[in-house]
Amino acid sequence: MQESLLSQRVINKRRTNISKVLDISMKYLLLAISLLTVIIIISIVYFVSKNGIKVFDDITVTGFFTSDYWAPDEGEFGILAFWRGTLILTILATFLGSLLGILCAIFISKLAPKGIKHLIKMAVDVFVGIPSVVYGFIGLTVFVPLVRKIFPQSSGFGILPAAVILSIMILPTIISISENSISSVDKAYEEASYALGATKIQTIFSVILPAALPGVISGVILAMARALGETMAVQMVIGNTPQVVNSLLEPTITLTTGIVMDMGSTEYGSTWSNALFMMATLLLVISIILILIVRTVQRRKINL
Amino acid sequence: MKRKVIDNVVAFILYLSSAIVLGILIWFIYTILKQGLSALSFNFIFGRPLEMEAGGGIGPELFNTFYILILSLIVTIPIGLGTGIYFAEYAKNGLGTRIIRLGVETLASLPSIVLGLFGMIVFVIGMKMGFSIIGGALTLSIINIPVIVSVTETAFKEVNPTYKEASLALGTTKWQMIYSIMLPCAFPKILNGINLAIGRAIGESAILIFTAGTNVSRSFPDFNILSTGETLSVHLWYVKAIGLIPDADKIAAGSAAVLILIILIINILMKVMSYKMQNKFFGKSKVI
Repeated sequence: MQESLLSQRVINKRRTNISKVLDISMKYLLLAISLLTVIIIISIVYFVSKNGIKVFDDITVTGFFTSDYWAPDEGEFGILAFWRGTLILTILATFLGSLLGILCAIFISKLAPKGIKHLIKMAVDVFVGIPSVVYGFIGLTVFVPLVRKIFPQSSGFGILPAAVILSIMILPTIISISENSISSVDKAYEEASYALGATKIQTIFSVILPAALPGVISGVILAMARALGETMAVQMVIGNTPQVVNSLLEPTITLTTGIVMDMGSTEYGSTWSNALFMMATLLLVISIILILIVRTVQRRKINL
Repeated sequence: MKRKVIDNVVAFILYLSSAIVLGILIWFIYTILKQGLSALSFNFIFGRPLEMEAGGGIGPELFNTFYILILSLIVTIPIGLGTGIYFAEYAKNGLGTRIIRLGVETLASLPSIVLGLFGMIVFVIGMKMGFSIIGGALTLSIINIPVIVSVTETAFKEVNPTYKEASLALGTTKWQMIYSIMLPCAFPKILNGINLAIGRAIGESAILIFTAGTNVSRSFPDFNILSTGETLSVHLWYVKAIGLIPDADKIAAGSAAVLILIILIINILMKVMSYKMQNKFFGKSKVI
């Protein structure tokens, strides 16, 4: 009896030791796994920019960014049309998407009955799941013909259909982040506003929305990052012609679609390929800047 | 009086905006299914694609889509879960943690084409995998890490802290507490994140063009991870934007319908699973 109890105690002790070792090793394993993400992002920046920088062996920096002449066969690599296309498209799509998305976020967080709120949240989840090529497909089969019908002199391809498609694609980002931030505004502000005699709508726009602003802005910027990087849907409707345009209805090109169009036909290590990697580097730098802005905005929570 | 009118007008605009959002979605799904359902047939879904003539199918593409999805999840889920758990349970708010967080956030909004180029340099060219299923799956796994990380972290933080204290008071180690109490409690919510990751993996194409390629293997089904692996999304893009087949419209419409159906079915399945698990752990009273 005594003996078995003793051996049981030894077993127990051994078990405790094993679980303690396991406990400590798991902690370091998890840390190692988290560091993996940092290693991945650093190597992405390193490999992509290393190839991109090489383009300046053959092309001048100012020429690369400010020339609008893109003719790889003649050794001319000016990406003005590309970054201009990206810039206009991103701003337009973010504006359209934010307008609709923020209004919808206000509705589901403050006015909607519970059932409708669930319905819209579910719809947002489905929106996230729709593949970008399917958005592009709809753009190609519905929006491009529609634009052609309304403006018969245009081909239908261009920034306008791309911006409409993109603004729908970024809706989920804007809605979910804004909704989250509006819902988490302290109830006391709202009640104080009612007590002062404000209506529900007045309260929403002059109390709740300003308090939720950092979150809403974060949502808009993250949506902008998504619009900036979207490739396939835009490629299918923008026309992919490297020309600087002054109309939303003429075919043009963006940084992302330029990479997709040309990468397949370049030889790895050539100036052409390096130019495409430089365009990718540019996208990478802009998206990192956007993330840094989001972090600054979020740290500035308004203290009323 | 004037105040009331303004109120009603603004409220109406808010209602309208949400109706538009819902309307767009319903109209989207309707348009895709209307165009695509007529193209669906046994031969289309399981048949082989054709390069030049009409009547090709999407069998190998469908197979590759799921093969790459599963391979990528095998890599994504442990890394995402691990990092999420680290953030929720171990990380202190020091410089190191801030750097890791910045890394995850940067990864989250990285343009997918940039990641595609990275995969091309590292896996396809550097490790000599060529355009392959494994090259595509590895690159794809990177893009989903941030989703799983943030969902895991939020889910862990939402678990009632008394569970944690009770477990530790019974003498468990921290890891035992995480593994046997926190993980099961957080799992229904983590499942929602996996759902999002699956949707993204099925729909992603920019990453896969230069890593998995735009061709399918000669044999079908081909489990060789080094064979080229065009997925359904890439196929849809390829036939519509570049390809030469005469019935590209029909193939693209059918592929779009299949993609949407897969996404909807997986969405519903995962929601049901998450709901059932929630009931099992917390009883019926809790809402999802």
